[in-house]
Amino acid sequence: MADSVVITAPPPSRTASLVKSSARFALGGFLIVIWQITVQAGWIDPYLLPAPSAIALRTAQQLVSGSIVSDTLLTLYRAFSGFLLAAVIGISIGTLAARYKLAHWFFDPLVSIGFPAPKIAFMPLFVLWFGLGDQAKIAMVVLSCIFPIISATYLGTASIDRYLIWSARNLGLSQRRIVWKVVVPAALPQILSGLQIAFPLSLIVTVVTEMITAGGGLGGYMIMSAREALSEQVFVGIFVIATVGYVLLAGFDRLRRHLLRWHTETLSGL
Amino acid sequence: MVTIARRDGAGLLIAANAIGGTLVYYAPVALLLLVWELAARAGWLSAELLPSPEATYAALRDVLASGELAQQAYVSLMRELSGLVSSVIAGAIIGIAMARIEWARLLLRPVITFLYPMPKSALIPILLLWFGLGDMSKIAAVFLGCLLPVVISSYNGARGVDPLLVWSARSLGASKLGVLWKIVLPAALPDILSGIRMALALSWLLLVSAELLLAEKGLGYMIGYYGDTGDYATMFAAIITVILIGAFSDRLFLHLMAWSLRWRTLSS
Repeated sequence: MADSVVITAPPPSRTASLVKSSARFALGGFLIVIWQITVQAGWIDPYLLPAPSAIALRTAQQLVSGSIVSDTLLTLYRAFSGFLLAAVIGISIGTLAARYKLAHWFFDPLVSIGFPAPKIAFMPLFVLWFGLGDQAKIAMVVLSCIFPIISATYLGTASIDRYLIWSARNLGLSQRRIVWKVVVPAALPQILSGLQIAFPLSLIVTVVTEMITAGGGLGGYMIMSAREALSEQVFVGIFVIATVGYVLLAGFDRLRRHLLRWHTETLSGL
Repeated sequence: MVTIARRDGAGLLIAANAIGGTLVYYAPVALLLLVWELAARAGWLSAELLPSPEATYAALRDVLASGELAQQAYVSLMRELSGLVSSVIAGAIIGIAMARIEWARLLLRPVITFLYPMPKSALIPILLLWFGLGDMSKIAAVFLGCLLPVVISSYNGARGVDPLLVWSARSLGASKLGVLWKIVLPAALPDILSGIRMALALSWLLLVSAELLLAEKGLGYMIGYYGDTGDYATMFAAIITVILIGAFSDRLFLHLMAWSLRWRTLSS
């Protein structure tokens, strides 16, 4: 007893955690009820903040009519296309920079300037180059997502234990099999972290580009509704995109745990 | 890590080395500029699609001389700074409160877990409805965009504080507030600062987006305005300014981080 000063809380019993999670739901419900009451009592202008019931009703209407579904799908298509392109190009550049000095020399300063800079400033230029359609939006998503991916891939592949590669070579693996069997799995946790930073960015940027250049999608839907002063619809857009974002990010987290089920990060969490 | 006062000669040599290192480091940027200029001169790039570096430089000199660039940059910087500072103060207070007070955690956690993954840019239209065209809608966009990252990083930082430190401070007679100020805040500072750094990049994205979308002042507005009037060289000069300010503010913050955490390297 005396040799240990680490004091941990006793593990919560099952009933205690059940009470906690139901308390959480109850509190969430409680906040929504307060919101509903303050709007209905007239303390808040429903134009500025519509009641939750009004938002729910309007969401249901738009879901039935299907317009919001197609806008959501369009936004997701743009975000995913840009994200996947950025992943492919970013992982390639990151691996190149970790392997070749010249590639590192070339990309390092560009990434250090480009990573924190607000790339969205290029949007009017991209519209000039690619027009108002999907291309300009997807190109902007690629430009915004690529820097965290390059940087994470570089850090992941550059820090691989050399002995792993030497042992694989000793065992007679070809160069390509070394890349796929050793380098990629060893760098995977960091690459996934880069992708996890880039993915929410792809949604943020898609929505912004849709607002700036119109052309449908959830961003377009919201900015059109705001211009026509249909505040309920703006909140429907926020509600839908928040739900989509929540579900996708939770899914991404599960995917990470599945891909890394062999890794100590996952095992220690059990 | 001991710095020894150097004779002038050695100091100059080191300075020259540092300058030389910086030049080599940024050489790829210069290389790209050169290729761009040559391509423009060879006529491969139409001036309407991408103005040459020379034309951009001339435009940059004009807007610098007229004071227009400085004026718009000042507006944007003020919006950025007000939004960021207020979100850092509010976010750190909320995050630390959540870590130390049970009911605050119970009340706020469900709200934050639902709102955190939301693409923050979705809030811009509602902020325009609430606050209109002026400064307030942009400051609010920066504030709301940065708030949750700061809340979460301060919560994680304050939760990770070694309870032994808190108990020792309490038993030495520190008040509850004293513990917060002297123990919890410094211990959580590294996490808080890295949260702010993430928020900083996001805040520039949101600010420029909001200004591009609907504004009557600011660098984002300037980019949109010259794009619409077809003066692409001036537009490009404004774009470069925004990119450089964003990158430079991150570099500045890194130095600030290193400076405010300098006590950490002493003990270990």
